[in-house]
Amino acid sequence: MPTYRPGPVSLVIAALVALFLLMPLLAVIPVSLTPSRMLAMPSGELSLRHYRALIEDPRWIDSILLSIRIGIVSSAFSTVLALCFSLGVWMFQPRFTAALVGFVLLPMVVPPVVSAITLYFLLTSVSGMSSFFGYDTWLGVVMAHSVMTVPFATVLILVSLSQFDRRIDLAARGLGATVWERATRIIMPNIKFGIVTAALLSFVLSWEEIGVTLFITSVNAITLPRLMWMGLRDNIDPAIAALSVILIIITVLVLAVRSVMARPRGGH
Amino acid sequence: MRSYLSDRMGAALLMAPLLLFLVLAYAWPFLGVVKWSFTLPTPGLGQYEALLTDDLVQSVFIRTLRIAAIVTIVSVCAAYAITVVWVRGTPAQRLIAEFCILVPFWISVLTRAFGWVALLSNRGLINTWLQAIGFISEPLALVRNEFGVIVGMTHFLIPFAVFPLASAMRSLDDRVLLAARGLGSSRMRTFWTVFVPMTRSGIIGSAMIVFVFSLGFFVTPAILGGGRSVMIAELIYLRIFQSPDWGLGAAISVVLVLFVGVLMAVLFRYVKPRQLI
Repeated sequence: MPTYRPGPVSLVIAALVALFLLMPLLAVIPVSLTPSRMLAMPSGELSLRHYRALIEDPRWIDSILLSIRIGIVSSAFSTVLALCFSLGVWMFQPRFTAALVGFVLLPMVVPPVVSAITLYFLLTSVSGMSSFFGYDTWLGVVMAHSVMTVPFATVLILVSLSQFDRRIDLAARGLGATVWERATRIIMPNIKFGIVTAALLSFVLSWEEIGVTLFITSVNAITLPRLMWMGLRDNIDPAIAALSVILIIITVLVLAVRSVMARPRGGH
Repeated sequence: MRSYLSDRMGAALLMAPLLLFLVLAYAWPFLGVVKWSFTLPTPGLGQYEALLTDDLVQSVFIRTLRIAAIVTIVSVCAAYAITVVWVRGTPAQRLIAEFCILVPFWISVLTRAFGWVALLSNRGLINTWLQAIGFISEPLALVRNEFGVIVGMTHFLIPFAVFPLASAMRSLDDRVLLAARGLGSSRMRTFWTVFVPMTRSGIIGSAMIVFVFSLGFFVTPAILGGGRSVMIAELIYLRIFQSPDWGLGAAISVVLVLFVGVLMAVLFRYVKPRQLI
């Protein structure tokens, strides 16, 4: 426990920053309850019409279902690839490990807009060969999202592997376990929290991905962020406020559950 | 010998799928983008020449650097203030600070940009309130301009600025601070001459992360800038989709990657990657 505490001046400045951080999240609540068709503050009466619009308009439901489907498939795909890669790195410690991991982390470091144009190039080229994987298809989005989420999954799994005691694996190896047995019966059960976290983070990242999705979809594969973007760009639709309130509530609940489940280990 | 060979085989088999996927789905298409920058619309260095001569492209580059610099300074200072409380506050203060950092962090960039539109637009909360109390008669132009972009980007990037700072502050030895206080240094003086210099690696890491992120930022500037305050990333988008000028979009991307690469190389000379988490 630190004995050196922040003084009153730091506390006041920090409180202002905290207010700044929460302000836009709180602002959407009154807007979502406005009876007006336009983006405005409610003046007097409140209405749930924008929440009803979310349920009644099939575009919102369709895009939510599509985003869930893309999120699940790309999260499963990138978690499996990241897990195999991390196991390979950890168990065999090959030469050039740093360079290989660095290569895998590239999509996380490169500016998203450059990844977006790169994936746009990929999917428009593939479109000529196959009508399933190319530009503006849901599998195309899965492929692009997997590229973007795989570095995050890899980092999380590598971090949990680095906390696992190598001697346990060496004991299994000494007792004659095969590589497959070591991976599935010794290592994976011990890092399952990391694997689940990687899958969850990949899903969330795919669920809210917009920078790349904007470049690789047009009319068929409209994910939820893509639909929100369209609503924000053209004529601002207060249904987005209702949706935002729901998303914020879900986020707060998930974070609350997570902080109760993960014992206080401090910070991140 | 046999086991040595099979180990290497195992490693190769496990690592191959991801490496193969990234080569095919990322590295190869990036080379394609590089090729575009040299071949579209006509083969040659024309697109790179345009980068150096085109007034629009130049002004967008300068605006991007300016906004990134302002956002970096504001975000790092704000993040510093809240990180001090998150790392060194009482348990209750730490919990509140953590909530205020992590909740926005997990909420999508679109929701956050929308929240700022709801606050800053002509009929938004801030203008409505200011008019209600009679402070202003006409709504202030707070959004669809550079001000809105800076506010939105700062809000997005503060949590990213927090993590390197937190890691630097956690590893700081309390006894040094207590020694300074014990030797008669005031709170302020301890903070400025001991605490801040000892977290320098965190400040550098945090500033570099925010600056690099700001350069390639797309969604917030596009929404809160309203097309009037275009940054590099939006320029690439417009070149590709509105004036199918793929060559120039590709050339800007290549320059952006090189620029960010140089910045990262500089960053890793001063800060170890481990300190950033």
